[in-house]
Amino acid sequence: MSVRIECSGEAVTAYLDGEIDHHTAKGIREEIDAAVNTNLPTLLILDFRDVTFMDSSGIGLVMGRYKLLSPRGGELHITNTSPQIFKVMKLAGLNRLAVIDKGGRRVEIKK
Amino acid sequence: MKSKNEFKMTLDGRSSNESFARVAVAAFVSQLDPTIEELSDIKTAVSEAVTNCIVHAYKEKIGPIFITVKLFGEGLVRIKIRDKGCGIPDVKKAMEPLYTTAGGERAGLGFAVMESFMDKIHVHSTVGKGTTVSFRKQLSLRSADD
Repeated sequence: MSVRIECSGEAVTAYLDGEIDHHTAKGIREEIDAAVNTNLPTLLILDFRDVTFMDSSGIGLVMGRYKLLSPRGGELHITNTSPQIFKVMKLAGLNRLAVIDKGGRRVEIKK
Repeated sequence: MKSKNEFKMTLDGRSSNESFARVAVAAFVSQLDPTIEELSDIKTAVSEAVTNCIVHAYKEKIGPIFITVKLFGEGLVRIKIRDKGCGIPDVKKAMEPLYTTAGGERAGLGFAVMESFMDKIHVHSTVGKGTTVSFRKQLSLRSADD
């Protein structure tokens, strides 16, 4: 599992690569949070295009980043989720916390 | 009912084994020619159950996790994941969505995921002895089950 971070203007994009489970979630969280705390973005984009598996540990990861961003008025976008990942996120109702787009198609936008 | 094929393994409850456990189960089930979605559902449910053994049953210790997969005719799969950990005092409560005792960033959705991704789930737990989670999933049959 690896994370590549890109910063541009007020946005931080984290490109996640590999499998997200309880074993890998901690390392991913630390890398994203380091970038968020340094850059203080108004928008955090989590890009799931290269994530091959995610269980409920990924839900904790997304919810935790939402909690980090929202008190500062920051927004969280989730992008390029595979059907398996989208299914797990939808079950947790993450589409109510964040903008999720499934391979380019925006699914639901609510705050 | 007698299974047509069976796979058993015991592995250490280490978080580095979570990936191996779900991949091994999925590889065994693959002979029934499941859809990609069915296989993902199984991997996800196994990952949740194994994570529960590591995070909750054994906590700071490393203990054994016993996994049995049975394949029946007509695409029926039964999976058992058992630990000899601390047990769950209130299974009903533990299965409530968002309930977690782990804190941190555990979402408390492990059982909700298992229930939603498998057809049937049964949890048997004795405090101080351990927990067995049993799943059942009926695969859609796309071809002959041989």
